Amino acid sequence: MNTAERYLTLNSRDLRLELEELYAAYTACLDEERFEEWPEFFVEQCLYKIVPRENFERGLPLATWLCESKGYLADRVTAIRKTAVYAPRTMRRMVSGLRVLGWKEGVLEVRANYVALETLQDEFTRVFNTGQYRDKLVADGGRLKFKEKLCIFDSLLVPNSLIYPL
Amino acid sequence: MGARHVWPQEGISRIPYWIYSDPEIYAREQERIFCGPSWNYVALEAELPRSGDFKRTFIGEKPVVVVRDQQGSINVVENRCAHRGVQFCQRHLGNAVEFMCPYHQWTYDLKGNLIGVPFRRGVKKQGGMPADFDPKNHGLRRLRVACRHGVIFASFASELEPLEEYFGPSMLALFDRVFDGRELRVLGYSRQLTPANWKLMFENIKDPYHASLLHVFLLSFGLFRADQPSKVQMDATGRHGALISWRGDQKKTEDNADMKSLIDNFKLQDATLLEPVREFPEYTVVMTTLWPNLIIQQQSNTLAMRQLITRGPAAFELAWTYFGYAADDEDMTRRRLRQANLMGPAGFVSIDDSEVMKFSQAGVGPYPEGAGVMEMGGRDWKDEQHMVTESVIRAFYAYYRQVMQI
Ligand code: FES
Ligand SMILES: [Fe+2]
Repeated sequence: MNTAERYLTLNSRDLRLELEELYAAYTACLDEERFEEWPEFFVEQCLYKIVPRENFERGLPLATWLCESKGYLADRVTAIRKTAVYAPRTMRRMVSGLRVLGWKEGVLEVRANYVALETLQDEFTRVFNTGQYRDKLVADGGRLKFKEKLCIFDSLLVPNSLIYPL
Repeated sequence: MGARHVWPQEGISRIPYWIYSDPEIYAREQERIFCGPSWNYVALEAELPRSGDFKRTFIGEKPVVVVRDQQGSINVVENRCAHRGVQFCQRHLGNAVEFMCPYHQWTYDLKGNLIGVPFRRGVKKQGGMPADFDPKNHGLRRLRVACRHGVIFASFASELEPLEEYFGPSMLALFDRVFDGRELRVLGYSRQLTPANWKLMFENIKDPYHASLLHVFLLSFGLFRADQPSKVQMDATGRHGALISWRGDQKKTEDNADMKSLIDNFKLQDATLLEPVREFPEYTVVMTTLWPNLIIQQQSNTLAMRQLITRGPAAFELAWTYFGYAADDEDMTRRRLRQANLMGPAGFVSIDDSEVMKFSQAGVGPYPEGAGVMEMGGRDWKDEQHMVTESVIRAFYAYYRQVMQI
């Protein structure tokens, strides 16, 4: 049985456990700023978008952050590491309310709430961004990877700048 | 203005830091600049295609509503009930046949006329408004409106020149370059709150000198360099300005060696971000700043209005409306959306600007007695055929000082 089939035949409890693990690994990777590893959570042909709910609900196509391939994710990491100028910060992400919507033609649909807390120097920790993940996953190389990850955020206003991924 | 508000004797080559943090200055700006004789950008007509469509926005910090009435004309009214001041419109965009204030249900038509006052004649012959209460005298305050090629401006002033004159010929030509009468299509919104004085945003976008130094991303990918053919332009008053650049031959030269952050052999893994097509004549990038609240961005194929909304002396909101043309094909729309990654709160380039503006406020706020040195490219202001200049910022402050009488 290949891995894709293995995932397809997992019972819902085991699948959920796999997903909990995956999201914990994903947020740990970002919280610990191991950004170089971040693209590895995605397949080559992927879509990663951070979109204000305002645009999403009106069907307006503009994203605050748009990556249309794994290479593009890596370019974002290069920018974070090498080109962008920004104040030091830490970010901590919480994921909860994970809902598994099920498989459709080899693609697993998952939704979850997320909160990203930001801590800047001289300031108290604040809720930086919160919203919903709308994700599509596929089995790839023995593990589940994101084919699509949409972060639809609630607040109309971004507190200054969005530098690290969600 | 008190004794502490004395502009340095060097004039516009010095910018005193008290202008970025003083509440008295901020209040004076609201009154003389945003509520004064200025045309403020409020919306694109493409945001309000049908009658009844409205947009809630701000001029300076004052809430207003832009609405298309049943006759198809655009009205801009204060978002403040004529009864007791409630900000009655709370949705960013929507459609309405009339506006009703929730507090006591005073109701206004789409031109701002008061058309309904519950209990006006009292209840069971008790109470009610005085017999001489005339709804005609209690409508919403209407602002003057000017539209050009799909872009809507409004003014609190009762007297001011027509929009075209206000822009002046050189800025009007740059405006018409993007807004040539073609129908526009809104691609989406982006909004950010930057903890800095609003003028720092204008200084940033009127400063071509920083772009080849601060923005390592632009340099690394050869998108902008100090030796690029470029120029800066202003109107006759200095209040509006434009930074213009276009592609030319560039090599790594001695001058560029000053740009410490130049990274060789830097390549994007996914180059689709940087695949612009030639769309407008002559120039690849034109950043136009129109007094007092608008930046028009044409950076290759990304087009955006950046509207400045003040939030006290030490914060401003930047409301981005990205757009294209209704006739764009899919490829063009995709290109615009991709290149949008350079700008906005998560923009490869704009991140640097919003962060640096915050650092600026953190430096100038606590030191109101200090002053900035603005001498790059001279001490006066005029159009230049290069970008190694702070001329456009000096022009802005020359006009600012006149309006503010400081
Ligand atoms: S405040 Fe609006 S109706 Fe009273
Ligand atoms: Fe910049």
